[in-house]
Amino acid sequence: MAKMKFLCDTERCIECNACVTACKNEHEVPWGVNRRRVVTIDDGEPGERTISVACMHCTDAPCAAVCPVDCFYTTEDGVVLHNKDLCIGCGYCFYACPFGAPQYPQTSEYGARGKMDKCTFCAGGPEEDHSAAEWEKYGKNRLAEGSLPLCAEMCSTKALMAGDGNLVADLYRERVTRRGGRADVWGWGTAYKG
Amino acid sequence: MTETRKRAMRWSMLGVLLLSLILPVGAYFIATSPSVTAEEATNPRADYWREVRSGQQENAYTAVTEHSAGTVLIQSSGQNWRQLRNGPLATYGGMILIAALVVITLFYLLHGKVKLEHPRTGHTLLRWNSVDRLLHWVVAIGFIVLAVTGLSLLFGRALLIPVFGKEGFAAYAQIARDMHHWIAPVFAVALLLMLVLWIRNNFFNQTDVRWFAAGGGILKEGHPSAGFMNGGEKMWYWVVFFGGLAVCISGFVLYLPIFGQTRPDFQLSHLVHAGFAVLWIAASFGHVYIGTIGTEGALEGMVTGHVDESWAKQHHDLWYEEMQAKQQIHPPKEGKVSAEATGDVVSSGAS
Repeated sequence: MAKMKFLCDTERCIECNACVTACKNEHEVPWGVNRRRVVTIDDGEPGERTISVACMHCTDAPCAAVCPVDCFYTTEDGVVLHNKDLCIGCGYCFYACPFGAPQYPQTSEYGARGKMDKCTFCAGGPEEDHSAAEWEKYGKNRLAEGSLPLCAEMCSTKALMAGDGNLVADLYRERVTRRGGRADVWGWGTAYKG
Repeated sequence: MTETRKRAMRWSMLGVLLLSLILPVGAYFIATSPSVTAEEATNPRADYWREVRSGQQENAYTAVTEHSAGTVLIQSSGQNWRQLRNGPLATYGGMILIAALVVITLFYLLHGKVKLEHPRTGHTLLRWNSVDRLLHWVVAIGFIVLAVTGLSLLFGRALLIPVFGKEGFAAYAQIARDMHHWIAPVFAVALLLMLVLWIRNNFFNQTDVRWFAAGGGILKEGHPSAGFMNGGEKMWYWVVFFGGLAVCISGFVLYLPIFGQTRPDFQLSHLVHAGFAVLWIAASFGHVYIGTIGTEGALEGMVTGHVDESWAKQHHDLWYEEMQAKQQIHPPKEGKVSAEATGDVVSSGAS
């Protein structure tokens, strides 16, 4: 089966934040939660780099390893999803994740965080595909209707790529070969090694 | 002339030999010392991303969107925390807890209960007043609930999910987590009060040194002298003192994520919290054993407040003598043994 991966080409990302907006709109993500975010390094200085970050759907996911109620699972497509009915909002996945993906709708009162929310690779959750419950808890299930994540689909410079890891890597390799320079598959060493 | 020539030749041969040995070694020092060529050999782009990964450039990050993750791009310490929690903490923590239970069980089977050497006289001494007892039992019940709920979060996935299933365990874990959060503040306040109230009885002195030298009367025959608190009880006090402070402080950091704590703060606090809690729980097995089935006549002191004269003489002879001098030994009430003597009012003279 395919192993779904995200790849952000830092030579192309122009920090337009459209991926963030598209994600929020597509899934009607709760206020205060951004499943995807754009981070700039050395803003305004020579050599500035911008990266769009979300859940990388790791091969050996740290969130899944530390979850006390074992609510994470990996789909056939290699997408890491979680069951909000099981989640107790303990925050362990938030401590463990290298990419800052897990977030909570509440952060203040007596450590009550609510159910964890993160990027689903537009693949919904454990509920029945396209059901009301799935939409309510996890947002749209684009993968089930044959579409790829919207953030990557509508990226104007095609900096953000999403899909089968082998295809994405091939496209990127071809791109680097044409333009020269070095390959920067940001985050892949952390997310997909082993 | 030939003699001096020979000598000169010998010396020069030796010099050549030494230099031929030393010079290649010198090349080693030249090659390994930092040089311009060595610096140029690394890839500046790779260095850049290495710095990003190690978090050295954290302050250079910006992001338009407000995000609970802040502007953190990548944090590597999460993997360390994961490995420490799932590895040594869970493995050694579990082993320590099981070992403590095994040792206590073996001790009970081999040594048995420490019985009263003399029959009860019915005369009692007030050992713990109502405030002491209230604090003790609030802390004790809180401790048990916090220990069970806390251990459920560490070991539940391995031990309880196979029993209850994922849905069942998640429902329990949600209640366990909430109970842990609601009981923690009550427990912490009662614990701190108890530690403050009892500290003056728990400083070690010469009597305790002798008590420990005699193995507390367990390893060797005969009962070493002890005052109001014996050496073992004082040791347990300081375990509670330092363990309690570590667990309460680290727990507070985890409890209210509103002071701008970063992920490394949570990770460290969690390891301190869980690590000290496991050690504390293992030690508490010993306290519970000695205070209940391990020692005849000990539990009633914390339940009714009063202990029997025979028990006091046997375990706390110096305290008994002190109380005797103060005439604080109460005769039996209406011919009944100490179980009924729940009153806190100290009125030895009147009765």
